[in-house]
Amino acid sequence: MGRREFLQLTGLGAGALILGLSPTQAHAAAGPQAFRFDLFVSLDPSGQVEIVAHRSEMGQGIKTALPMVVADEMDADFDRVRVVQALGDERYGDQNTDGSHSVRDFFEPMRKVGATARHLLVSAAAKAWGVPAEQCETAQHFVHHRATGRRLGYGELAERAAAVPAPDPATLKLKTRDQWRYIGKGRKLVDVPDIVTGRAVFGIDARIEGMLHASIERCPVVGGKPATFDREAALKVPGVRHVVELETAGLSQGMAPLGGLAVVADHTWAALQGRKALKVAWSPGAEGSYDSVAYRKELEGKATQPAKVVRNRGDVDVALGAAVKRVSALYYTPHLTHSSIEPPAALAVVRDGSCEIWACSQDPMGARKEVAKALGFPVEKVTLHVTLLGGGFGRKSKPDFILEAALLAQKVGRPVKVTWTREDEIQHGYYHSVSAQHLEAGLDGQGNTIAWRHRTVFPSIASSFDAKVEYPPNWELGLGFSDLPFDVPNLRLENAPIPPHVRIGWLRSVANIYHAFAISSFADELAHAAGADPKDYLLKLIGAPRRVDLKAEGSDNPNYDASFEVYPVDTGRLRHVIELAAKGAGWGRKLPKGRGLGIAAHRSFLSYVAVVAEVSVDAKGAARLEEAHIAFDCGTFVNRDTVVTQAQGAVVFALSGALLGKITAKGGAVEQSNFHDYPLARITDTPRNIHVHLVESEAPPAGVGEPGVPPVAPAVANAIFAATGERRRELPLERRPPA
Amino acid sequence: MIKLNVNGAEHKVDADPNMPLLWALRDVLGLTGTKFGCGMAQCGACTVHVDGEASRSCVSPIGTLEGRKITTIEGLSPDGRHPLQRAWEEVNAPQCGYCQVGQIMSAAALLREKPKPTDQEIDTALAGNLCRCGTYLRIREAVRKAAAL
Repeated sequence: MGRREFLQLTGLGAGALILGLSPTQAHAAAGPQAFRFDLFVSLDPSGQVEIVAHRSEMGQGIKTALPMVVADEMDADFDRVRVVQALGDERYGDQNTDGSHSVRDFFEPMRKVGATARHLLVSAAAKAWGVPAEQCETAQHFVHHRATGRRLGYGELAERAAAVPAPDPATLKLKTRDQWRYIGKGRKLVDVPDIVTGRAVFGIDARIEGMLHASIERCPVVGGKPATFDREAALKVPGVRHVVELETAGLSQGMAPLGGLAVVADHTWAALQGRKALKVAWSPGAEGSYDSVAYRKELEGKATQPAKVVRNRGDVDVALGAAVKRVSALYYTPHLTHSSIEPPAALAVVRDGSCEIWACSQDPMGARKEVAKALGFPVEKVTLHVTLLGGGFGRKSKPDFILEAALLAQKVGRPVKVTWTREDEIQHGYYHSVSAQHLEAGLDGQGNTIAWRHRTVFPSIASSFDAKVEYPPNWELGLGFSDLPFDVPNLRLENAPIPPHVRIGWLRSVANIYHAFAISSFADELAHAAGADPKDYLLKLIGAPRRVDLKAEGSDNPNYDASFEVYPVDTGRLRHVIELAAKGAGWGRKLPKGRGLGIAAHRSFLSYVAVVAEVSVDAKGAARLEEAHIAFDCGTFVNRDTVVTQAQGAVVFALSGALLGKITAKGGAVEQSNFHDYPLARITDTPRNIHVHLVESEAPPAGVGEPGVPPVAPAVANAIFAATGERRRELPLERRPPA
Repeated sequence: MIKLNVNGAEHKVDADPNMPLLWALRDVLGLTGTKFGCGMAQCGACTVHVDGEASRSCVSPIGTLEGRKITTIEGLSPDGRHPLQRAWEEVNAPQCGYCQVGQIMSAAALLREKPKPTDQEIDTALAGNLCRCGTYLRIREAVRKAAAL
């Protein structure tokens, strides 16, 4: 069997391998006698194993986790493993690192890669000893023949193993769970030594001889164009070499850069001074009248009118009519932006009909294709080196900043690095969507919820790619809305259309953030209306452990592109994390005045997470998270420590949106500009403890990076209510005068 | 021509005296360990030491730094084994890692002044350093650990 065939069978996809090509310089440097099992693993005669990480590393630990899986099944000693970042190349299979599916999609394929390597080494040793392979065992970089006490190191076997034909994947023997040495255990991230010494290279750190630095002045309004500007004044700034006008792109132009005036200079500082000297007057165009206050009214108006039914059970109208008590509430959440501390940055070299790029890209293959298209090159002529990402959170899935570097490098004929300023990042992003949601419920005489109607209105991410989109597609409604797991006899979920006025994009957890906020807040409101304990009432709403059949109720929810058979909506697992978090937090305990506990739970990215927040509220109404308990069920996990830190990090990340930040616009321009007016959670906002209760599970692997975020804001909002009796239905959760 | 003493070595930088130290380090001297995050002393990613004090290099014009001793992460310790760097590794503090150099430089200035800081003092010293990944719990742990080394 050829290796191509092997990789297809292991699930890495057609074309995942081309024989004999070195994917990285490191592979080429390993020399001709090096033994490569496939694109992902190589072993040289010294015993050095090299494992290729093909997904982008942005702090979620994937560059460590998938190599752990390979090393485990290979029985390689991880201390002798060097992890190398892959180029952007479709031979590796999907590299688009978003949606928390790296481990979900590549856990089994990587196990098979490791097991194949192990098989080849065992076969080589057995042949050398003239014994049956079945008599050989492996442990920590050695093959042993126990009967005779002989052993051979992996390095010694490298050349011989290279001559062994690849096995039939069907015959591969994978380890049993109890044999795992690395999977499920904690391990430090492979880049930590480089990070703490400043040697780690992020996109913004890429350097090459003769490069220039660019900074781009863009219209504050999407789609606007420069009317007048002073090119000469910019060119007079010492160090400025070029002023390049880039083609303008408006809404719905996907990954296209916004355009504007690029100042290309000897160093970043000169480019920034050049931008100021341009003194641009802009023609804002069609979006120049966008005002987020007026838009909010429009969103809320739509949320309070009947809309398209997304999912229906029973008859909500009849049940509401029969209800003893009716409760309704309107929730609003603003736009947010990603604000990774490393802003978008990329270096491009264009020469002799080819382009080489270094960039902090979440989607290297997508970026490569877009660059090829923009430059008019075949895709093979574009090489993309993926650096470490100084945070991604969805922003770096879009290659607009990479395209800017490539276009400028082509235009000025020298290598160009584009660096976005913080102001650029905050004012020209692909924003997390604003939303308005209206909920109404009816309770019977015993306090049971007998009717639940939820309407969501938000501009869709799909509108960034297609101007005609006003209704969010099913996958977007599937993010915490149409997959509601509540056991309420009459239920109707509705959605109204709305056009966007800024570019909308993915932000860590995406629509789950606002949907979980409204649903978990409203569940708490119903508990109080029913005079019940919020945790008990939440469990009652969720109902008995079962699998929720969304299709039966008219929802075409794609379930994060996973099958419902393998990844059902399992209310038993949701209940379990609620119980765990509540137990950890000492739910029900008496708290001093001005303090409260709040609970929320949410399934997203196929994982189940509950949060209990302990919050204090001061005399001015400012809330502070004092402690958090987060219970996390992501099925089988690889790096225990990463799950813990991702859960803790998610709480802090979510805290910024829960208590601090919002993006607003006036005259089409974003009003915030830097961290003084778009604040992020600081160490002083962070509780002393964020306790993580990790569920040991044999369920298939699910998301880790994103699912911790959605339950945080509603848990904090519910805790504020518990502390003060004040219900805050808008993010960030500031005290506002009564409407 | 501005003369800068960086990590014990003299450098002549031919640039506008108003250029912030950050860009001189990164774009002129090629010392990219010091990071850009905000450009207005809001995030701490660019923290270096000037005469031993933590300083935001993004708002420090090089013209004001002649004759001062500048230390960047590249010069924090000769072998990258400063107690904070060891502690950071031991507790596996970073996630994406981008802000961590600034965090370490702020923490190093703190430990020089207060070798056994309280948690409150750690928070105060690091309040100017943002981490979007939210690694603050591990950062506190690492500073405590380094103080004990």
